[in-house]
Amino acid sequence: MAGDPALQAVPTRSAPRNEGPRRWSPQLWAAPPAAALALFFLYPLALVVRQSFQPDSGGTSVRPYADVFASQAFRHALWTTVWLAVASTAGCLVLGFLLALVISFVPFPGAKGVARFIDVYLSFPSFLITLALLFIYGTTGIIGSFQFLTTPWGVLLAEVTYFTPFVMRPLLAAFSQLDTAQLEAASSLGARAPRIVRRVILPEALPALAAGGSLVLVLCLNEFGIVLFTGAKGVTTLPMLVYGKAILESDYPGACVVAVVNVLISVGLYGLYRVVSRRAGA
Amino acid sequence: MSIRFDSVTVAYDGNVGSLALDALDLTVEPGEVMALLGPSGSGKTTALRAVAGFVRPVSGRVLLGGRDVTDLPPYRRGIGMVVQQYALFPHLRVDENVAFGLRARRTPRGEIRQRVAEALEMTGMAAYARRYPRELSGGQQQRVAIARALAIRPRVLLLDEPLSALDAQLRSGMLAELARLHRELPDVSMLYVTHDQVEALTLADRIAVMDKARLRACGTPRELYRAPTDAFTASFVGGANLLPVTVGPGGVSFAGAELKVETGDVVAGARATLCVRPHLVGLGAGPNQLVGVVREIQWRGATHRLYVEVDGHAVMADLRELRDPPAHGESVSLHFAAEDAVLLPAGVVGDGR
Ligand SMILES: Nc1ncnc2c1ncn2[C@@H]1O[C@H](COP(=O)(O)OP(=O)(O)OP(=O)(O)O)[C@@H](O)[C@H]1O
Ligand SMILES: [Mg+2]
Repeated sequence: MAGDPALQAVPTRSAPRNEGPRRWSPQLWAAPPAAALALFFLYPLALVVRQSFQPDSGGTSVRPYADVFASQAFRHALWTTVWLAVASTAGCLVLGFLLALVISFVPFPGAKGVARFIDVYLSFPSFLITLALLFIYGTTGIIGSFQFLTTPWGVLLAEVTYFTPFVMRPLLAAFSQLDTAQLEAASSLGARAPRIVRRVILPEALPALAAGGSLVLVLCLNEFGIVLFTGAKGVTTLPMLVYGKAILESDYPGACVVAVVNVLISVGLYGLYRVVSRRAGA
Repeated sequence: MSIRFDSVTVAYDGNVGSLALDALDLTVEPGEVMALLGPSGSGKTTALRAVAGFVRPVSGRVLLGGRDVTDLPPYRRGIGMVVQQYALFPHLRVDENVAFGLRARRTPRGEIRQRVAEALEMTGMAAYARRYPRELSGGQQQRVAIARALAIRPRVLLLDEPLSALDAQLRSGMLAELARLHRELPDVSMLYVTHDQVEALTLADRIAVMDKARLRACGTPRELYRAPTDAFTASFVGGANLLPVTVGPGGVSFAGAELKVETGDVVAGARATLCVRPHLVGLGAGPNQLVGVVREIQWRGATHRLYVEVDGHAVMADLRELRDPPAHGESVSLHFAAEDAVLLPAGVVGDGR
C-alpha cells in the first residue's frame, strides 16, 4: 500500500492524458524525489508494518498487537511518552515565548548575539544538553545532591532545555516582522506592557507558536537520546521500548508494533495540533 | 490642553553630534491646530514622539497643560496619536480596535459601547464596525485610526502625516473631515505633522516651519505666506521667486533693473532677497518690469507656469491660462506690483520651487 502513491508519480501513467511533451516536465521533476521517498522512507516503513504482523511463531496475525497492548510495560510507556511530550511542548512554548519577548523587545547589549547563538544551539545534538545537565545535577556533578535527573522531571527539564530554541526561532522571526507602530499605538492608548503582550503581540505570534509547538511535540514524542542519557530507570518511553524489545529482547515483531504505534501517535497528535492551532490562529 | 516644548533637545542613540531636535521652543495653545511643516528629516516626527513619550529628550521639558510630563511613560499621558501607516490591530475588528484604549482604561462596559459608537459615528465608520482592518480601504482605515484615538477623549491629538498614504482626491476629502472634527472638538489641541503646505495652510491655526532639527519660523498661515521672514520659509510655505537684490534708496536693483518695493528699515547698499509669489507675477509691460527669455512653459490646466530666465535667474510666473502662450526662447516682459513683494534681509537659499 505504501508503494501506490509512488507508482502514481511515475510519469508514463498520467502523461498521455495531457497532450504534448511540455506537460511531462513537472511530473518528471517530481519522479526522483518521489522515488527516493519511496525507497528510503516508505519501503522501510512498509517492512516495519509487515514485520509487526508476523509473530515469531510464524504466519500472519495480529498476535503481536494483542500481546503488546496487553502488557503493562507498553501501556506505561505510552502514557509516559505522551505526557512527557505534551508537558515538554507546553514548557517550551511558555519559556520560549518569554525568552523571545525579552530578546526582541527589551533592549540590552548582546541581544543580537543571543539571537544568533540560538541558531547554533539548534545544531547541537540532544544528548549534549543532557550531558551538560548531568555535569551540573548528576550524582557526581556540581550540585550532586539532587537525584531528580533520573526521574521523569529530569527528562522534562532536559527536553525543555533542549527544545526551547526550536520554538524561539520562529518567534524571533515573527517578532522582527511586528509593526512597532502598533505597539506604540497601544501604549499611547493607555495599555501597559502586559496588556500589549496579551492583546497585540500574542495574537500576532500565534502562527509562529503553532509552527514551533507542533515541531517540538513531534520531536519530543520520538526523543531517544535525552531519555537514554539521563539514565532514568523508571522512565520508559515508546522509543526506549522499541530499543529494549529489538536490541535487548530480540522481540522484533513486538518492537515493530511499538514503532508503528509511535508513528501513528506522532502523526495523529501532529494533525490534531495543526487543526487546533489553525482554529486558534483564525 | 496646551502643549509646550521647553528647549527640547533630542539625540538618537546618544549621538549628540547630530541632533534630531535642537532646543525646540514651541507652544500649542489649548484648542489650537498647529502644523509642523518641514522637509524630510527635519525632526517633525521626532518632536511628535517627544510629546507622545516615545523618545526621551536629552535636555529640556515637555509640558502638557502646564504639567511636566517629560518623565511620564506614554501610557500615562492620555494622548491620541494617528500615524501615516494607520497601525490598526489586524486581528481585532473595527469596533474592538476603537474600544482598545477604553478597555485599557477599564472603562465600564456600557460606556465603552456608547463611546465606540460615538467615535465611529463621528468619523463616518459606524457601518463598518464588524469588519477587520484588512477589509477596509486606506481612507477607511485612517478614519478608524482617528476614531480609535478619539475614543479615549484625549485633550491632545498628535497626527503624523495622517493623509500621506491616501490619493489626492481622498486627501482633500479627509482634510475637510479633519477641519470638521476640529470644529466639533474645540477643546482638543492638535499637532499636525506634514510636509504638504496645502494641508498646513488649510487646516492649521498656526504653522511651525522646521529645518535641520530647528524651528525656522512660527506664525499664522497668512503671516508666513504674505510676509515670510526668511527665504527658507518663503520657499517652503507656497512657492516663491527669491531674487538676490541690492537695496537702494526707495527700492532695489535686480539684474540692472530698478524695482520699486517697500524697503522698510534695510539700509541702502545692503544685499538682500526679494520674495515674489509666482501667481502675483504678470505677463507684459507694467510696473517693476523684468525682461527675460522663456526657458520652459508648463500647462497646468487652469494656469500656465512660465520659467523666464532673467540675468541667469529663473523667475516663475503662474498665469491664468493663456490663449497665445509665448514660444520657447521668446523674449518676454514680466511685472509685479510693489506691494506684492517682500524684502528679506537674509541671503538666497536655492532658487525656490
Ligand atoms: N530611530 C532613529 N534612530 C536614529 N536616528 C533617527 C531615528 N529616527 C529619526 N532619526 C534621525 O533624526 C532626524 C529627524 O528625523 P524625523 O523622523 O524626526 O524627521 P521628519 O521630519 O519626521 O522626516 P519625514 O518628513 O521624512 O518623516 C533624521 O536625521 C533621522 O535620520
Ligand atoms: Mg516623519
